[in-house]
Amino acid sequence: MKRLIFLAPLAVLAAIVVFFAAGLRHDPAILPSQLLERPLPTFARASVEPGRPGFGSATLTGQPALLNIWASWCASCKAEHPMLMQLNAAGVPIYGLAWKDTAPAAAAVLTSAGNPYRATADDADGRVGIDLGVTGAPETFVVDARGRVRYKQVGPITPEVWAATLQPLLTRLRAEA
Amino acid sequence: MIRRLALPLLLVLAHPAAAVLPAEQLPDAAQEARARALSRGLRCVVCQNQSIDDSDATLAHDLRVILRERIRAGATDAQARDFLVARYGNYVLLKPPLEPATWALWLGPAAVVAAGAAAAAALFRRRADAPDPLTPAETARVDALLDDE
Repeated sequence: MKRLIFLAPLAVLAAIVVFFAAGLRHDPAILPSQLLERPLPTFARASVEPGRPGFGSATLTGQPALLNIWASWCASCKAEHPMLMQLNAAGVPIYGLAWKDTAPAAAAVLTSAGNPYRATADDADGRVGIDLGVTGAPETFVVDARGRVRYKQVGPITPEVWAATLQPLLTRLRAEA
Repeated sequence: MIRRLALPLLLVLAHPAAAVLPAEQLPDAAQEARARALSRGLRCVVCQNQSIDDSDATLAHDLRVILRERIRAGATDAQARDFLVARYGNYVLLKPPLEPATWALWLGPAAVVAAGAAAAAALFRRRADAPDPLTPAETARVDALLDDE
């Protein structure tokens, strides 16, 4: 028993190693959304595309949908764009909030690279983004049929993220609705 | 009046490495001082280890402006802070609040010091315990051994 006491510092060290090893796997840039399981904050914004209707929180009800936060200045959004085009072609409803961007610049991207969005909304002043707790672009909220946020994807939707997380979640939400 | 304000104003202006732009500042010096104090305790969610008072990130700028809007509209410090906490979580507070999830964080160091002090006290007490005095037979034996040398 007396001898075992000398093992105590070793046990403490082992606990610290486990703690830090877990910490290394955690990306501190990804913050959990405060909106999880809560309704989207109320907003309604005009489209960035001339002559088309914008959208708002009320639009994002009735069926599960993705709310994509993007900007023409955002490089990761460019990388994510083909994936969004593919999802839109597969019938996934995606709504695009142009965050801290100008409407002409955002519209120009959609004209030249293609438009994966059912509708776009202009958040040039970033206020909707702040209400959503957005920390950067791209971010994608998964919103259920009742307009509640069920998941937030920080960073681009890659094929891996889609297959592992978003697709199963959307399937489940469609079954719920 | 000018004299009373001169020193605080100078101190505010002399604050090093602040990113607060003149256009962001509130005309009311007292409100501006509150905004500055608050924004020093709020984390820039983009750069993460800077306060929004120090950060040049555009999101930090937006949050500084929003903070000042709330204060101007008559919000208390707590209300202005809670506005941002509701959106970004406790993570925006550079000083985490004391709550069950942060007990280990706040009380851990004190607990470690207390445990160390208890261990040290136990050790010293044991050392301080004088051994039983020698019996006459033992004294005689010690004397015999010492005489041998």
